[in-house]
Amino acid sequence: MNGDRGPKTEVRRLSAVIAAAAFVLPLAGACSGDSAANAEPPRHYAIGRAATPGEMTAWSTEVGPEGKELPPGSGTVETGRTIFAGKCASCHGPNGEGMPPAYPALIGRDPKGENFVFSTDPKLVRTIGNYWPYATTVFDYVRRAMPHTQPGSLTNDEVYSLTAYLLAANEVIPMNSTLDAASLRAVKMPYTNRFVRDDRKGGHEVR
Amino acid sequence: MTPMTDSERPPSGDASETPHETISRRDMLVGAAGAVGGAVLAGIPAIARGQQGAGKAAKGAAAAAPAAPAAPANPLPPIPDDPTKILGTPTAAVGTRSRFVTAVRTPTGQVTGTSLTPLQDLTGTITPADLHFERHHGGIPQIDPARHSLMIHGLVDHPMMFSVDDIKRFPQVTRIHFVECSGNGRSSYRDTKPDQTVQVVAGMTSNSEWTGVPLKVLFEECGVKPEAKWFLAEGSDAVMMTRSIPIEKAHDDAMIVWAQNGEPLQPAQGYPLRLLVPGFEGNSNVKWLRRIELGTEPWMTRWETSKYTDPLPDGKARIFSFELDAKSVITSPTFPAAIQRGWIPVSGLAWSGRGTITRVEVSTDSGKTWENATLHGPALKKAHVRFTHMWEWNGSETTLMSRATDETGYVQPTRTELIKVRGIGTDYHFNPIYGWTVKSDGHVFFHGET
Repeated sequence: MNGDRGPKTEVRRLSAVIAAAAFVLPLAGACSGDSAANAEPPRHYAIGRAATPGEMTAWSTEVGPEGKELPPGSGTVETGRTIFAGKCASCHGPNGEGMPPAYPALIGRDPKGENFVFSTDPKLVRTIGNYWPYATTVFDYVRRAMPHTQPGSLTNDEVYSLTAYLLAANEVIPMNSTLDAASLRAVKMPYTNRFVRDDRKGGHEVR
Repeated sequence: MTPMTDSERPPSGDASETPHETISRRDMLVGAAGAVGGAVLAGIPAIARGQQGAGKAAKGAAAAAPAAPAAPANPLPPIPDDPTKILGTPTAAVGTRSRFVTAVRTPTGQVTGTSLTPLQDLTGTITPADLHFERHHGGIPQIDPARHSLMIHGLVDHPMMFSVDDIKRFPQVTRIHFVECSGNGRSSYRDTKPDQTVQVVAGMTSNSEWTGVPLKVLFEECGVKPEAKWFLAEGSDAVMMTRSIPIEKAHDDAMIVWAQNGEPLQPAQGYPLRLLVPGFEGNSNVKWLRRIELGTEPWMTRWETSKYTDPLPDGKARIFSFELDAKSVITSPTFPAAIQRGWIPVSGLAWSGRGTITRVEVSTDSGKTWENATLHGPALKKAHVRFTHMWEWNGSETTLMSRATDETGYVQPTRTELIKVRGIGTDYHFNPIYGWTVKSDGHVFFHGET
């Protein structure tokens, strides 16, 4: 919280320091000082409790673009193909072609998509192969939200397997691949560099 | 007025993932017929009720909906010839709308579904909470607030767990802001049709009074480390919605919200806690919020890469396009209304994700000339503002349009301009000028090709 420290915050900091000196205030402790003596509210209200390491581990299931959070485990393309047929194909189609508009396509590399002309060709289907910039977040999303009617029910090995199948079916990795944390981190998606940060700033220009 | 066909089912503003429920002819006839009496008095053409799925919605709605095909549990008393000569009904635990008010959303019946706000039926700027548009990806979770917590962790000195009651003990603010779905307007962008209602064209924006704690207060409580630049917000719905938000938004105006229009959030709006990032695309206002993690870089979740991004004509795709550009839409008169010659108010809503609306212009001659509309009340930052423009219709065919300008000087573009910079294949963040063509017989039709 250093970015927005204005004069008022500095005053509040000072009063907090005074309060701390007077009452030997422990940070996030049980006491936030004598509020009756403070014109400014305290920076710390001592509301809530510390999150435990166990809670943080249990709740933090996300896997980011670098994949540093990936769990132990592994899975093969072939296992993933079997799981897909049993748990995914009923919505996403036997070949991952999707059932729009309810269930998006997952698999497909239309040659037209190689030029990333999604802006001008509304019929071009977006898939994991042509419109998904980080392989590790396939793992994240499948583990967090799939299968649609039984979210969070897959084991890590199953998620690795499905990720392997989806990446292989999209011609990103070979069909004989096995994925684990290290190998999934190493997978580069074909169009990562097509995704650019927002450069709109308001004003007269329409972008 | 011709009956709607099956192709007139209410399209979603976020159609890429939303199954549409086809409204059967029978549903429509029931809905339309049931609404006739109310519509005449309310001045709202009956066909709108049928088209907007009133028959469907009424099954789950309160007794207010006259279109319900089945007899309600508590039949409404008859309407007396003279209400001054008969005692009225007693008080009630929860109020209901008049039987003559038939405003309803457009539920699809799907857990990945949407429902659209009936903009044509609303006045002023506040959207009734039970008519706020809905968009969710794994259904509406049922959450006991006593068992719900918000964890803030990651790059903080003090990882904390807050109960809902804890959150309510912090300093609170109450602010009025709109929330607009990133996909609002998709169904009228590629394939504009004359018989699209304003509910279909723009019904995924709603405006509420929100109460909550500024996120920066919680961040101070937890001692966010200086290296933290982004935070991840996670919901406790079935898809565990996750979005990365720049920390500047927390320093600015992000809130953790528990109340909407003076009462606890509706389940569809995130009960018991949601993130509110005013002016940012709807999806980033994570509902059913349970966790915030501070980090140095965005997490690149599915929703901010594969979805909610803007492919551009230069072969790139813009990501993290949070701030919604200025936009306006006329809400009356709109399809399927029919107007009479003489003076009528042209009324609508304008909003910008970048601040206040400074001007709304209305054209009554198909875009040839523009006049400043009246803005009602002070325009609030990142909030709907109501505009009206008095117009005397002389009976000749013309097209009405509105055009908003915000405090940055941004002017709402035409659809042609938007296609030039975004392409016809773009999927989100639609803000073109919308038109409504008045035929010489007074009937109004949507005109999207501006």
